[in-house]
Amino acid sequence: MLEARALRKAFGRTTALDGVSAEIGEGEIIAITGPSGSGKSTLLHCLAGIIRPEAGEVRLDGRRVDTLDEDDRTRLRRENFGIVFQFGQLVPELSAVENVALPLLFNRHGRRESLRTARSWLERLDTADCADHLPGELSGGQLQRVAVARALAVGPRVVFADEPTGALDSLAGEQVMDTLVGTARESRTTLVIVTHDNRVAAYADREIVLRDGTVAGASTVGTSTAGAPAAGAPAAGGEATT
Amino acid sequence: MYSLGEYIECIVAIMSTRHVLLGLLAERPKHGYELKKEHDHHLPGARPLAYGQVYATLQRLERDGFAEVAETAQGGGPERTVYAITDRGGAELARWLEEVEESAPYVVSPLFSRVVVAAVTGGAADGYLLRQRAAHLARMRELTAERRSGSPARALAADYALQHLDADLRWIETAMERLADLRGEIDA
Repeated sequence: MLEARALRKAFGRTTALDGVSAEIGEGEIIAITGPSGSGKSTLLHCLAGIIRPEAGEVRLDGRRVDTLDEDDRTRLRRENFGIVFQFGQLVPELSAVENVALPLLFNRHGRRESLRTARSWLERLDTADCADHLPGELSGGQLQRVAVARALAVGPRVVFADEPTGALDSLAGEQVMDTLVGTARESRTTLVIVTHDNRVAAYADREIVLRDGTVAGASTVGTSTAGAPAAGAPAAGGEATT
Repeated sequence: MYSLGEYIECIVAIMSTRHVLLGLLAERPKHGYELKKEHDHHLPGARPLAYGQVYATLQRLERDGFAEVAETAQGGGPERTVYAITDRGGAELARWLEEVEESAPYVVSPLFSRVVVAAVTGGAADGYLLRQRAAHLARMRELTAERRSGSPARALAADYALQHLDADLRWIETAMERLADLRGEIDA
């Protein structure tokens, strides 16, 4: 469904991605891991159409993403992708519910309908009591759950999360991950998480390990080492037991 | 790959079963079968206590004055004997709960030894480390799923195992970088 082929990207003289390929299936939950500077976030930004690789291809449902012009990429992102950043990045002047409604308004939904949908998402993520508060009045865990609601509100095909628990303590991080992964599985939304935290990576069906801008390894549920599982069969992954 | 049971077993082996049973008795007097059931419930993943072990431990607690027979049901087997904690037992339990665990100066595990031996013999440990990482992470996925669906006792046990596996993984990552640096120095 989402595919990267031989991606290359450099920032000045620093090579961030040096020929990275990855294939992500519908409904899969993927962790991109690796040490600092290994290219994790750059890969996520390329996949999400935020930056363009210098070489290689990114495709969503077979359609090239990287060759689209800025406007088309923005539209594609708005309609298909939700993004959760490390520090929520909510608009500080807007209440939580208005923040969640924002992407819906951008997608030309009516104001009342957008706010209604936003409120129902906050309820679903157990943050209804945050709805009318400004971001400054919320805890780190609440902020992240509002950010998750904002990412999911548009009904995206893929949610990208860049260190979603990076600023949280263990228990708050666990709550955010439970919410994010639980909702993604329920709605069969594909989830791509960049993390350096193994406990976050353990929520994924599969991990892609980057090292110095190349893929160093991959692991899948139930096996010690393996390539990508068949697309369309990821749902069983989360329930893996001994 | 470690199972949750194996992980907890290591801890339980060091931990004194006597103190766990004393702790369970502190709630109210109980008989052996009850103690076994509660032990297995509170320490999921631990090797279930054998009845013989429960009774042997109770007898030792009685001998040391930490517990006493509160009641013996007529015509019953030994499982009918109800034990209660004594004041001395209560003091011993309080002492144990306050005692600080000795911090091991170094932890030696087969994982650690394998990497050191690989480095000493000039072998590359990278391949092994990547496979070990995949195995650990696979177990962490199972524990994460278990934690979400299990009881609070299970969640506590899963947390403990998850954080220890995570510590191993972080060490593996550091080891891979250090080994790369070492090779770089040798090559230079």
